[in-house]
Amino acid sequence: MNILVCIKQVPDTETKIKLGGTGIDTAGIKWIMNPYDEFAVEEALKLKAAKPETQVHVLTVGPKTRAVEALRTALAMGADEGAVIDAPETLDNYNIAKAIAAASKTLGEFGILLSGKSAIDDNNFSVGQMVAAFLDIPHVTSVSKADYTEKGALLEREIEGGAKEILEVEFPAMITANKGLNTPRYASLPGIMKAKKKVIKELTLADCGVDVANIKVKYTNFELPSDRPPVQMISGEAQEQALKLVQLLRQEAKVI
Amino acid sequence: MAKILVFIESANSKIKKSSLELLSATAGNEVAAILIGDNVSSVAQGLKNYPVQKAFVFNNAALKDYNSSYYFSCFEQAIKKFSPDVVLASGSMAAKDLLPRVAAKFDGGIAGDCVGLKISGTKVEARRPLYSGKVLATAEFTDASKIKVVLMRPNQLPQPAEGASNCEITEETFTAPATKVRVKEVVKSSSAKPDLTEAGVIVSGGRGMKGPEHFKLLEDLAETIGATVGASRAVVDAGWAPHAMQVGQTGKTVAPNLYIAAGISGAIQHMAGMGSSKVIVAINKDPEAPIFKKATYGIVGDAFEILPKLKEEFSKLLSH
Repeated sequence: MNILVCIKQVPDTETKIKLGGTGIDTAGIKWIMNPYDEFAVEEALKLKAAKPETQVHVLTVGPKTRAVEALRTALAMGADEGAVIDAPETLDNYNIAKAIAAASKTLGEFGILLSGKSAIDDNNFSVGQMVAAFLDIPHVTSVSKADYTEKGALLEREIEGGAKEILEVEFPAMITANKGLNTPRYASLPGIMKAKKKVIKELTLADCGVDVANIKVKYTNFELPSDRPPVQMISGEAQEQALKLVQLLRQEAKVI
Repeated sequence: MAKILVFIESANSKIKKSSLELLSATAGNEVAAILIGDNVSSVAQGLKNYPVQKAFVFNNAALKDYNSSYYFSCFEQAIKKFSPDVVLASGSMAAKDLLPRVAAKFDGGIAGDCVGLKISGTKVEARRPLYSGKVLATAEFTDASKIKVVLMRPNQLPQPAEGASNCEITEETFTAPATKVRVKEVVKSSSAKPDLTEAGVIVSGGRGMKGPEHFKLLEDLAETIGATVGASRAVVDAGWAPHAMQVGQTGKTVAPNLYIAAGISGAIQHMAGMGSSKVIVAINKDPEAPIFKKATYGIVGDAFEILPKLKEEFSKLLSH
């Protein structure tokens, strides 16, 4: 059974974001693979380690000149083949998912689709479920533990208040990864060398039946959040500090 | 005027605060609620105090726990009957899991984790933090979006005004669809506290707490002020607290009225998860800790010494 891992390239959390044009200024940004997608790649590689005949494909959607870097990282970790769907930065989640669903049918036959639960740049928590909807397959999001059989998997996900849900899903299915699922490996030097020779297919949005004119959500009015007022430091002995803080929270901030 | 379908969720037979908040953004529109669960008929009666015209109630033992294919079929039924322009929900685990599927199936776009919402006519604009909260932008739905799905971050909208309404409540029939995903078990936690994402007050501990045995100090303070306890990534990675308690980029995004950070230095990944809290209190030994740059009130001091004293002062105040 082959696996398709959907990944996204995102700005490193430490990168300073500046505004430019009608969005952000992408010059000078350090790009990384979305951290949740690393769990998805690792999960696929663990399955491949258990069953070496498994083919692991990685797919990304984005401006191809930089987005391929995320694919190279996944290939260096051990994925077999990559594909990039060249798309503008501004493509919305609906159309990204639609393109992935269409591409997944031409790239091979996949029993398991994996992705991160959310991308840390737009934090929409949605592409995995939307891909599953377009393919008419079940989805399970935010999975932190998984046991696989031939036909399906037993999955654990965190829900509200520290409670956990244990689910059974039949393949083909989309599984999105949360922290805790595994510990992603680092790409080894031989892995990086091998990755250079691995195939990366290039697809266009037209190949996937997606028209950018059909964007459903566009982003406008980019703004840096306003600075918080400067901190009020509370001095004195511990007892005095505690008393002053409690009074401020009651009388000034009115939150207690 | 827009037709808005609002996902109303309940806990302990009461409508969740985070669901009620949504109704403060829907005034002046045609509003229908969707309630799904077991024994939710009485919960639906609570809607009669709010400006909601209609409620679709799916009441069935099979709907007790969230299941994506069962809940999807309820939404499908309600959407076909009501034809909403907008589907609105709070960003609960169920809504986050389900509504992207609803959006995709009904040819609509989605905006998750929104902190502001403007509905004028059928035009919908949702304000969202991007890039770990480093930027704010407006998600505008285009005409190509046949339905517009919006998930709000809890604690961002005010509670709606109460007032009697003529909410027409209908019990819908639920027929379980064939499903390839089944919930085998829900392992409840012992905590009766609200989830971090919905909590109004959070007391959070970081590496400065020095070990899991000292989390009792946080729990004691939390108990006094009705707070939920959170933790930094460093603490979760060290195995002192479960991942469910982690606040920050690879944990939960929270926005309480009051966030008390004890022994947390304030890495950018942590700030991404709590930066939109209304009031932030930082307690740290290191006067240079980055958390003080984001804090409303700061105390340079030893959390071990400050936390018990804080609990004492809060007890005095709250017992009056």
